[in-house]
Amino acid sequence: MSTMLTIKDLRAYYGQVQALHGLEFSLNEGSVTTLLGANGAGKTTTLRAICNMIRSTGNIEFEGKPLTGMSTENVVRLGIAHVPQGRGTFTNMTVEENLQLGAISRKDVKNIPDDIERMYAHFPVLKQRHTQQAGTLSGGEQQMLAVARALMLRPRLMLLDEPSFGLAPLIVRDLFGILAKINREDRVTILVVEQNAQLALELAETAYVIETGRIVMSGTAKEIADNEDIRKSYLGY
Amino acid sequence: MELFTNQVLAGIATGAIYACMALAVVMIYQAIDHLNFAQGEMAMFSTFIAWQLMQWGLGFWPAFLLTLAISFAGGIIIERALFKPLTNAPVLVHVAGFIALFAILNSVAGLTWDFTIKQFPSPFGSSGFLGSQLISTHQAGMIGVVLVLLLLLFAFFRFTRVGLAMRAAASLPESARLVGINTSWMIALGWGMASAIGAIGGMLIAPVVFLEPNMMGGVLLYGFAAAVLGGLTSPFGAVVGGFLVGVFENLVGTYIPGVGNELKLPIALALIIVVLVIKPSGLFGRKIVQRV
Amino acid sequence: MSTVQESVTQPAAVVAPSKKSMTIGTTATLVVLALLLITPLFVKNFFIFQMTMVLIYAIAILSLNLLTGGSGQFSLGQSAFYAVGAYTAGILMEHFGVNYVLTLPAAALVCFIFGFLFGFPALRLSGVYLALATFSLAVAMPQLLKLGVFEHWTGGVQGLVITKPDAPFGLKMSQDMWLYYFTLFISVVIYILAVNLLRSRSGRAMMAIRDNQIAASAMGIDLPLYKTLAFGISAAFTGIAGALGAIVVQFVAPDSFTIQLAVAIFLGMVVGGVGWLPGSLVGAAFIVFVPNVAEHISKGLSGAVFGVLLFAVIFLVPHGAQTIFGLSLRVRKKQ
Repeated sequence: MSTMLTIKDLRAYYGQVQALHGLEFSLNEGSVTTLLGANGAGKTTTLRAICNMIRSTGNIEFEGKPLTGMSTENVVRLGIAHVPQGRGTFTNMTVEENLQLGAISRKDVKNIPDDIERMYAHFPVLKQRHTQQAGTLSGGEQQMLAVARALMLRPRLMLLDEPSFGLAPLIVRDLFGILAKINREDRVTILVVEQNAQLALELAETAYVIETGRIVMSGTAKEIADNEDIRKSYLGY
Repeated sequence: MELFTNQVLAGIATGAIYACMALAVVMIYQAIDHLNFAQGEMAMFSTFIAWQLMQWGLGFWPAFLLTLAISFAGGIIIERALFKPLTNAPVLVHVAGFIALFAILNSVAGLTWDFTIKQFPSPFGSSGFLGSQLISTHQAGMIGVVLVLLLLLFAFFRFTRVGLAMRAAASLPESARLVGINTSWMIALGWGMASAIGAIGGMLIAPVVFLEPNMMGGVLLYGFAAAVLGGLTSPFGAVVGGFLVGVFENLVGTYIPGVGNELKLPIALALIIVVLVIKPSGLFGRKIVQRV
Repeated sequence: MSTVQESVTQPAAVVAPSKKSMTIGTTATLVVLALLLITPLFVKNFFIFQMTMVLIYAIAILSLNLLTGGSGQFSLGQSAFYAVGAYTAGILMEHFGVNYVLTLPAAALVCFIFGFLFGFPALRLSGVYLALATFSLAVAMPQLLKLGVFEHWTGGVQGLVITKPDAPFGLKMSQDMWLYYFTLFISVVIYILAVNLLRSRSGRAMMAIRDNQIAASAMGIDLPLYKTLAFGISAAFTGIAGALGAIVVQFVAPDSFTIQLAVAIFLGMVVGGVGWLPGSLVGAAFIVFVPNVAEHISKGLSGAVFGVLLFAVIFLVPHGAQTIFGLSLRVRKKQ
């Protein structure tokens, strides 16, 4: 298995405040990795730094290519889809337009309709609502839409920021099932940031625990889940 | 009754021009959240270019199309050179920038083509439309052109990928970048289109108000009134607002004694203030909630 | 999340200067004052007149600075308040024979009320919307002044001619020079008032509003009161400038108070440095002398020169004259 994303000595800043202090980790191609930690530990910041949405220093390499200094849209165009916190839904556009936007940077225009159909197969509820304004969807449906929109890029890597946030437990189960399926069938590498550690550890193979901008623990998901101390002190369940 | 119909139709015709200006203003407002106080001068400048092209022997429509192309490019150049560097600057700096642009365009136009008024031809002529006395062919032409423009814009935003990308960039820039849209260029594109739309307005109104560097002053204010009335975030609202303001202006001028031409302008401005105070989001705009 | 509402974090209307940086040190102030006192003794009458106009515009710019730098609201409509002040002075002097000195407080009062009232609708507006509303006011003002209803008082399109006052106490100085010193005195008084206002409780409240409106209201600051108050005070000072302007120019007419005046005042503030009170004087000098210089460079191109200079200010010295002053200060400290 080859390494897809390597992050070395990543430091990120909000204005004068440093939020990440030399983060290092890597992702294997085809894997599901989770980044765990409490509120404010720097999970979201890490994802934002990968897409160059905030000021950061350090080395991020995607398939051997450094992302330093690249604009967000160009990072995305390399095949890195980012489902942001709050989902980033274009609320005043229809569901279908949201999906088309996901594929807006693709050159192979003629394959897009097929991909939209594929998304409707993954998420039947979106098909029912495809002409509806995205803002009228429920939270769970919007999260499905956000994931589907990200997949429309045909990404090599998908970054998910708290996909379970604000959703009912049943819907979360559903969503994570679909994520696993996408990883298996479409070979999309996934990096998921979660506060719901239990759930994320079921999905992921590898886990990193992050605290105040540093990685404090890493291992297979099973190791982390089985370690009583980590669970109590960092993951809180 | 004939007077009434006549005034309403004439109002719709001038309203078409206000709609153009309002559309141009909204276009840039959508992209960068600022009101382009120089929009009228940009339109005036474009109209002079059209006039110059015709002086050099081009027919009306070739000159018209070429002017659109030049204005489009000009709008993009202005954005790239002058306003892109100000992206994160405060409102106040933007206003200063627009005013500077206003002064430069006005003065350069005056110097190049001097301040005497010039005739600008109408491609539609000025006889009665379909033999009727109610509306002239030029007025009918103004309405027609604006409606066609509207249809084209609607199709562009609704059915093309670039149009979709522009809408996305305007409504949620960060999300737009996350699907790979180059939002900075979408803004430039918005400027180019605004500039071209303004040019259409200028070339249509010039046969009525005559061509001179200060011809767009009042028109732009009505355009602002229209944009505000329609809600600054809605291109459709801007057009409706344009027609409403045009009709309103004419009816008030005709039926309220003592208003006449003198007070028409203050009334348009009072309209702006009233709408801003009572319903800042206009008739069709979205409400904006501010976060701390 | 609501579907029709959109949430944005707007950048502040102005880059907020700190309270300290809104003024300059005592020494610098005294030097400037001394220069202003001495210069008229060595120059021609016309130049004295121009210097008087600089001071008058400086007051107008200072008032806008109080509004913008102080409370974060900004206005493209200062010419309207200026006009009201000028007409108040003109009407009182010509129709009622009031002494010119007394017209100043009268103008201030009338404009305060006018500004305060205008402040009410302005309360609900910010940023571009406020710019648009005040812009509208400025454009409408000349038309309103021309109205037939007021013609008896305002003189309609013709305007009013005002008699120039002589120097009092049998002083042997030209009218122009007397008016200069009179204006200088008023300017200094207003400058001191403004500085003290910003240091007062009200000033702090206004600046809190400027920096973060929502947070300020959460702190218990009476937002409507202070925002309208800021408008009122700014209008009052602008009115005094207008009254002085009327007396010095000896003439008021609707077309002297067009949007161009409002724009000039606004530009003066930008050039001088937003929120930096001493910059008002620099900005005023800019708007009085630069058009002249521009005319010399190329007749008819003055607007373009003006515009280009303005862009130069925006790009090269974003905080206007304040930046240049700050730089020279830093250089001096190094030596």
